[in-house]
Amino acid sequence: MLGKTASGIFWLFRYLERAENIARLIETGHRFTLTRNSGRQDEWRSILSALGKDAAYRTSHQGYEAAQVVDYLLRDRNNPGNLRALIESARQNARTTRTAITRELWEAVNECWICVNEALRRQVREAELPATIDLIERQTAQVRGAMENTMLRNDGYNFARTGNFIERADSMARLIDVKYYVLLPSVSFVGSSLDNIQWETILRSTSAYSAYRWLYPGRASALGIAEFLILDRRFPRSLAFCYGKLTDNLRHLAMSYGAQSDSLAEAERIYSGFASLTASQIIEDGLHEFLVEFLRVNRNLATMIEQEYRFNS
Amino acid sequence: MATKPLCFDEMLNEDGTPRAAYASYHKWFADQDSPRLKQKARDAEEFFRRTGITFAVYGDDEAEERLIPFDIIPRIVTARQWAKVSRGIEQRVRAINAFLQDIYHRQEIVRAGRLPVELLEKNDAFVSQMIGFTPPGGVYTHIVGIDLVRTGPDEFLVLEDNARTPSGVSYMLENRETMMNMFPELFSNIRVRNVSDYPKNLRASLSRVAPAACTGDPVVAVLTPGIHNSAYFEHAFLADQMGAELVEGHDIRIVDGRVAMRTTQGYQPIDVLYRRLDDDYLDPLIFKPESVLGIPGIFDLYRAGRVTIANAPGTGIADDKAIYSYMPDIVEFYTGEKPLLQNVQTWRCSEKDSLGYVLDHLSELVVKEVHGSGGYGMLIGPAASRKELADFAAKLRAKPANYIAQPTLALSTIPIFTNSGLAPRHVDLRPFVLVSPDRMEITPGGLTRVALRKGSLVVNSSQGGGTKDSWVIEDD
Repeated sequence: MLGKTASGIFWLFRYLERAENIARLIETGHRFTLTRNSGRQDEWRSILSALGKDAAYRTSHQGYEAAQVVDYLLRDRNNPGNLRALIESARQNARTTRTAITRELWEAVNECWICVNEALRRQVREAELPATIDLIERQTAQVRGAMENTMLRNDGYNFARTGNFIERADSMARLIDVKYYVLLPSVSFVGSSLDNIQWETILRSTSAYSAYRWLYPGRASALGIAEFLILDRRFPRSLAFCYGKLTDNLRHLAMSYGAQSDSLAEAERIYSGFASLTASQIIEDGLHEFLVEFLRVNRNLATMIEQEYRFNS
Repeated sequence: MATKPLCFDEMLNEDGTPRAAYASYHKWFADQDSPRLKQKARDAEEFFRRTGITFAVYGDDEAEERLIPFDIIPRIVTARQWAKVSRGIEQRVRAINAFLQDIYHRQEIVRAGRLPVELLEKNDAFVSQMIGFTPPGGVYTHIVGIDLVRTGPDEFLVLEDNARTPSGVSYMLENRETMMNMFPELFSNIRVRNVSDYPKNLRASLSRVAPAACTGDPVVAVLTPGIHNSAYFEHAFLADQMGAELVEGHDIRIVDGRVAMRTTQGYQPIDVLYRRLDDDYLDPLIFKPESVLGIPGIFDLYRAGRVTIANAPGTGIADDKAIYSYMPDIVEFYTGEKPLLQNVQTWRCSEKDSLGYVLDHLSELVVKEVHGSGGYGMLIGPAASRKELADFAAKLRAKPANYIAQPTLALSTIPIFTNSGLAPRHVDLRPFVLVSPDRMEITPGGLTRVALRKGSLVVNSSQGGGTKDSWVIEDD
């Protein structure tokens, strides 16, 4: 496989994951504004922070009015990483990797682009927002379905998955970091309503709300949530889960190429680190510091993969 | 139909009954209800949009992706008609390869006084670096598209030769897929010759011209200028269908005397490069030094038998419209046979008498640039305003050797499907030919392009033309 092609597939799934995260955050933010009377603008601001976009947003906009933030995230040209542009980039990457992806996957990406592009041609009115988010989520789910059902389990698939989980780990860590203060027992007002709202929000925005309730009915605690989001290997968005998948896919790559792999060794090192950790230890040592360090090693792993597999000349 | 067609219609006789080739199709068509067909026409468009079969058009602002309009009424020729046409194509392509071999070696045709040497010497498409070199297997044009027009039941004429990098074959393939999807019952009832083996045959054909340096199974790659090229879809499509890599200049480097592509496991040699890039951009060391699309040093490796380039550099000269005007002589010179396919009558404006005639009859003629392609820079006399005619006459006088002229032909028509029923429109046909050392394969049918505007003769997709599926059917 060409290095360029591997890069194309890797980024195709990074863009797709990133777009899904934006959609989910908008969904959570919107729900928050509908159900709560206070702290609405703060919530939109923290969503922008979780996406690393707050500073950029403020250079072109004032205030955190919902419609304006939503438009910024979905389609504003001032935001080069808007959802519409991400889907367009994903589609562009699919076009350049046509020789390595199945027809079904290509058509799913193309259709996703056609539909999302059309839905975001004009600013989305609030009345249409739930349906629009729903459309985006269904379209991206179809892309994933097409990949799972039709792609050969070869290097192309491994690059797709690797890109997917590097991105997911990155966005999860950012999201937890933005809300990290909520998870600190020292500042949480146990049982207060603010507390519950914040917990609910963080769980919803990571698609963890119902999963967490199944596992721990009626027992929401800061520690429990931190443990779940960072370390629980059953939860498909936890950092530990992402690294389980990263090591699996990097191992397959190394095996199929019959070569030593530095990026595999690094991923395994990070993954095994999770095994010896507990949430209380992380919090004791500093949750924010932990997340900052995690983001650094995750970025570093992405660079190692790029170099090892010759993404660029 | 309200107006009597002035040109030969391939589907209908003058009395409105179907011609033999269309007998079965017409019977089926008569049974269809119009709303269903209208729905099918919309489905076809949706199918193309969903599968991303688009080409890029560059405006002032940004590139726009467009669909080439597809018409659901097929072009049908019988096996008997096709046998005749394909014999003519085979002869012509054989002659083109012999011609290219000759002009880059002894130039016997010039010595024999059958072709003026200026047409070679002063021609930008003549690549002097090819002199004295014979490509693997003696094949210059691995892939050829011959543009044909039809003026009567048995009159097929060659309008243009495309020996450089003919495009459109992906539309031939996708048009058929679309038709089989839409109207499976037609293909159960009518025996239409299959075209879907083209990618497999292309790969096999390219594998047969592997360079001397190739050991083992030849590695084939398609070289594209990139995603912004208007035919990028086709490049990706063909690479995918052939199971070849799609590479750009920056994926390639010369490693250990081989042209090699950067893979996830290091640099891997390429044996045969199917380039969809013009000669000028191929090797910045030899041609345009500013080209970033090509591969510096590839030409030396090519001459050293370390890589095969398809089509060979310098084949574009056979597409030149001044050379075209000599094609009947070229066919006769190299095959010793009378040409089976005729040219369209052509006046060379470089010749004084012809120029005079062309200037006197400008409003009746089609005038083309000798190096032009894609329908750009041409004058269609009958459709031009007085000012356009006067402007063009000035251009002609200034650079007569730059132009040839042809009569406005009564091109055949085939009906297209419109909201108000069938309507005749002018068509051409581009059959695709694969050449390898021991054989030549002509895909039955080809790409039919159709001028969608009433009365228009311009079929180019860049100028609003559409396409039709093209059938060769077995004789009963």
